[in-house]
Amino acid sequence: MTNETQRTIDIVHAGLRKRYARERRFRLMGLMAISLGLLFVSILFLDISLKGYTAFQQTYLRLQVYYDPSIIDPAGTTRHDDLAFADYAALVKQSLRTVFPDVTDRQDKRELYKLASPGAGQALARRVLADPSVIGNREEIWVLANDDVDMLAKGKIDRDAPEDVRRLDDRALAWIDRLEQRGDIRKQFNTGFFSSGDSRQPEQAGIAGALMGSFYTLLLTLLMSFPLAVGTAVYLEEFAPRNRLTDLIEVNINNLAAVPSIIFGLLGLAVFINFFGVPRSTPLVGALVLTLMTLPTIIIASRSALKSVPPSIREAALAVGASPLQTQIHHVLPLAMPGMLTGTIIGMAQALGETAPLLMIGMIAFIVDVPQGVTDPATVLPVQIFLWADSPERAFVERTSAAIMVLLAFLVAMNLLAVLLRRRFERRW
Amino acid sequence: MNIRILTIATAAIAVYSSNLLARDYISIVGSSTVYPFATVVAENFGKSTRFKTPKIESTGSGGGLKLFCAGVGIEHPDITNSSRRIKTSEIESCAANGVTDIIEAKVGYDGIALANSRTAPIFDLSTRDIFLALAKMVPDPAGGETLIPNPYKTWNEINAALPADRIEVLGPPPTSGTRDAFAELALEGGCKKFDFIKAMKKEDSNKYKAVCHGVREDGVYIEAGENDNLIVQKLQANPKALGVFGFSFLDQNSDVVQGSRVNGVAPEFDSIADGSYPVSRSLFYYVKKAHVGSIPGLAEYNREFMSEKAIGDEGYLTDKGLIPMPKSERTKYQTSVTGMKPLTGLD
Repeated sequence: MTNETQRTIDIVHAGLRKRYARERRFRLMGLMAISLGLLFVSILFLDISLKGYTAFQQTYLRLQVYYDPSIIDPAGTTRHDDLAFADYAALVKQSLRTVFPDVTDRQDKRELYKLASPGAGQALARRVLADPSVIGNREEIWVLANDDVDMLAKGKIDRDAPEDVRRLDDRALAWIDRLEQRGDIRKQFNTGFFSSGDSRQPEQAGIAGALMGSFYTLLLTLLMSFPLAVGTAVYLEEFAPRNRLTDLIEVNINNLAAVPSIIFGLLGLAVFINFFGVPRSTPLVGALVLTLMTLPTIIIASRSALKSVPPSIREAALAVGASPLQTQIHHVLPLAMPGMLTGTIIGMAQALGETAPLLMIGMIAFIVDVPQGVTDPATVLPVQIFLWADSPERAFVERTSAAIMVLLAFLVAMNLLAVLLRRRFERRW
Repeated sequence: MNIRILTIATAAIAVYSSNLLARDYISIVGSSTVYPFATVVAENFGKSTRFKTPKIESTGSGGGLKLFCAGVGIEHPDITNSSRRIKTSEIESCAANGVTDIIEAKVGYDGIALANSRTAPIFDLSTRDIFLALAKMVPDPAGGETLIPNPYKTWNEINAALPADRIEVLGPPPTSGTRDAFAELALEGGCKKFDFIKAMKKEDSNKYKAVCHGVREDGVYIEAGENDNLIVQKLQANPKALGVFGFSFLDQNSDVVQGSRVNGVAPEFDSIADGSYPVSRSLFYYVKKAHVGSIPGLAEYNREFMSEKAIGDEGYLTDKGLIPMPKSERTKYQTSVTGMKPLTGLD
C-alpha cells in the first residue's frame, strides 16, 4: 500500500519539472509574441513620425513687397474683378529681383523666381483683395518658399551631392544661404496644412479638403447606419419570431460583415450611381456605400448588447403593465446603449480608414476646393494619403506621413472614446 | 428621436438632390500618367479664374475612355486623359452612345526610363537587349528561326558588354498605360531587329504582337504595382535591379536613380523632345464637344491647358517633367483645340 502511494508521488515529482518547464515556455512564447507585435507597431509609428513630423513646419521667405499700382491696377478702377486678375506673381518676382540685383540673365532669373512658391502670388492677391488700401505701399510679408527650398531647409536635400544630381544647383544654394544670413528664411508652424485643400505644389497642399470630406461622409454614414442598425437589432432580437426566415437573415448579416469592402463599392457603383443617379465622387454616395459596409458590424454589436441585458428587467417591466415597446424603449435600450455605441464607434472608425469601396465610386480624385456640402466632390483622408504617396515630388513624402499621423490620431481618439464609454456606462449583472 | 434624425436626414438629402440638376465643375477622368500634369493645370485654372477647380480622377487610359464614352449628360465626364491615342473601336463605342464630336488635344511627350540606383554603373542598352532580356519568347540562341522560352538569366549572356548580374526588372503591371507603351516602343523596337519576326507581322499580325509584346513571367520581370515611388525606393535598396517608370519620376529623383542609355541615348529632356530617345510616347486628352457651353469653364480650361504658359517650351508643366511638342506641332493642336475642331478619324 505504502509502496503504491510512494510510486504515485514519484510519478508526479518526476513529471513536475517538465510541466513547470512547459508552462514557462508557454509564458515566454506569449511574451515574445506580444513584444514582437509591439516592436513592429512601434517601428511603424516611429518611422511615420520621423518622416512626418517635419511637415508640421513650413519654410517661409521674407519679402519686401511694393504693391505697385501699375501692376495691380493699371487702369485705376479698384474694381474687385480687376484686382483679382492682376499678375501678383510679378510682385513676387520684383521683390526677389531687388534682393538680388546682380541676377540679370534671363535663365538665371527664372531659377531665382523658383525660390518662392507659386502660392506666394496668391497670398499677395488675398492680402490686396482683403484690404485694397495697401496698393501703393511697401510692406514686409512672409510668403511660402518653394518645395525644394523647404526640403533643403529640412535637410532632405544633400548639399554635398554633386551639382548635376541635386534638385537645387550651386547658384540656388548661394542665394538661399544669402537669404538665410539676412534672416529672410524661417520655419514656422504649418497652418496651411490644416486649412487648405489638396494641391500639386507640395508646399501648398493641405488636408482640409480631405478632413471635411471625411467629416461629411462619416456624419451621413452615422445618420443612416445607426438608426437602421439599432432598429434591425431590436426587431431581430426582441420581436422577431424564431423561424427559418429569421435564421437566414441572421446568417446573411454575419456573412455581410466578412464581405470584402471592394464588393460594396461595386454595388454602390451599380445601384446608387448607375441606377439611382447619385452624383459620383460625393460624400453622399460615399456614405451610402459605407453605410452598407458598417451596418452588419453595428447590428452584430447591438444584438450582443441587447442579449447582455438580463431578462428579469424585461419581465419586471411587463409585470407592472408596460407594453413590449415601452419595455424596450424605456428599459432595455438605455441599458444596451453603451454597448451599441461602442459598436457604432468601432464601425465608424472602420469606415474612416476605408479606401477600397471609394475607388469604384470616384472618390479617388484630385479635388482642390474644400467641399461645402454632401453633394460637392470630395475625397477622404485615407484617399488623400494614397494620392500623395503616389506623387513624384519628394516633399510629398513628409506630407504623406503627416496625413497618416492625423488619421491615426483620429482613429486612436475614436477607439479611446469607445473604451471610455464602455468603462463609464457598462453595467454588469 | 432616431426617427426624427432619419426624417431630417431624408429631408436634407431631398433638398440636396434638387441641386444636382446642374454641375458647375468640370469632371475629368483617365490616365494616371497625364494625371500629374492635368492636376497642375486644373489647380492653376481654379485659382486664376472664377470657375471651380475641375475634379480629376485617375482611372487609367482605358478606364477613362470607357467612362467618357458612356454617354452625354452631366453624370458623364467631360474630359478623359489618355497616355495613348484613342482607338477606332473606342470612337465607335463612343458614337454608339451618342458621343460623336470628340476634340483631340495632344499635350506633349513623356519618356519611359529604365533606371537603376546611382550607386551602380549606368546601363547602356539597345532595344534588342531589352527585348532579349524581357520577352517571353526569344529567338533560339543556337540559331535558326525558332522561338524558345526566354533562357537568359544574366545580362552578359545577352550582350558581353553588360555586367554579369542577374536580370531583374521592376515595372508596372499589364493594366498600366506605361506598360503598354513600354512594350510597344522598347520591346517591339528590339523585336523588329530580327528579320524573321518582322516578316511575321505581314503573315500573322496577332502572333507578331504576342511575340513582341509578351513579357516573361518567370520572375525576372517583377510587377511592382502602379506606384512609381515604390519602384524608386526598391531600386535604392537593390542596386542590381532596373526599374521602368515615367520620366517625371526620374526627373524628381535624379539624385538617387539614373536612367539607362537606350540605343546610346540617355533619357533627358532634350533627347525626348527631339525624338532621339526611342522610348517616348505622346500624351493626349479628349473633350466632349457636346458639353462645351453647358459645363461652365470647359472652353476656358482647354485654353489654359493648350496655352504657351502651360505646355510651351518654358511652361509650368515642363517643371513637372512634361516634354513639350515642337513649336509647329504645338501650334497645330492649339488652333484645333481652341477652335473646337472635332476628331474626324484617325490618320
